[in-house]
Amino acid sequence: MPEYLVRIDVILRPLVNDPQGLAVRDGLHALGFADVATVRVGKHIEVRVAAADAAAAEQAVRAMCEQLLANPVIEQFSLAVTEAVPAS
Amino acid sequence: MRAAVVVFPGTWSDRDCLYALGRMGIEARRVWHRETPAFARDELVVLPGGFSYGDYLRCGAIARFSPVMQAVRTHAEAGGLVIGICNGFQILCEAGLLPGALMRNASLQFRCVPAHLVVAEGVAAERASPFTRAIALRRVLAVPVSHGEGNYYADAATLDALEREGRVAFRYCDAEGRVTAEANPNGSLRNIAGVLSVGRNVLGMMPHPERACDALLGGEDGNAIWESVRASVRVAA
Repeated sequence: MPEYLVRIDVILRPLVNDPQGLAVRDGLHALGFADVATVRVGKHIEVRVAAADAAAAEQAVRAMCEQLLANPVIEQFSLAVTEAVPAS
Repeated sequence: MRAAVVVFPGTWSDRDCLYALGRMGIEARRVWHRETPAFARDELVVLPGGFSYGDYLRCGAIARFSPVMQAVRTHAEAGGLVIGICNGFQILCEAGLLPGALMRNASLQFRCVPAHLVVAEGVAAERASPFTRAIALRRVLAVPVSHGEGNYYADAATLDALEREGRVAFRYCDAEGRVTAEANPNGSLRNIAGVLSVGRNVLGMMPHPERACDALLGGEDGNAIWESVRASVRVAA
């Protein structure tokens, strides 16, 4: 089976307060980037997974996000499957 | 009764818990996270504080896969008593044994400070939990906190359900028992410092009762929780 590289972004849900994002926003304002309206800080995860096709890779990684990589109580995620990559 | 103190890689408060339990005359053993013991019906399982698995991914997120957690789940589902303190609270939330999540402190700072707790109304009365039974309503407990991620979050519907069901065990308050924003060390919604499971046999709390177990260490208010457990087990036996 080919390997797919899946890029995952995990970020706090919109209604969840993000004090880290607020602190970064204030830092940007202090640097003179006065036009910055909001900043939200999340995390980026990359998973290489063997799968029959891109759809199967996405389905598998979605389950990984739901069960471990993101905490549905406070976080949401998005993912992007790239072209098959050479096996590592 | 007796107690089992679970040790994960990165746990740091197991020795303090053993000391606190010992002072209360409760026989306690250490259980390594790779073990899958059958906990006795009258055994209190303690998930102590620390940084299990280095807090990788999220606090408590990896510890829930340790073999011992299956035994903890079985014990909890059978009605056995489980207390998660600090990182232990985070693990219980990640494992789905308690609702909600512990987020980064609103201040973004690690807070290692004295705190005050009050038993939330509705818990101290007729629906007293096994962990708060010996604590009088409106009694203020001085118990320290020590964490960077203790900011309790749950959606509004979950919070309302917790309140309605009397499952908010403790709230942060000031020395006079007033529940104020200033007394909240981490930004927890509704000043929540501890919550109970539906069956009231699982408690998660961020403050460290094991660090308030000896007058020499600045106070022994934390012992009220172990006293409650001891009284509850005696009643049940």
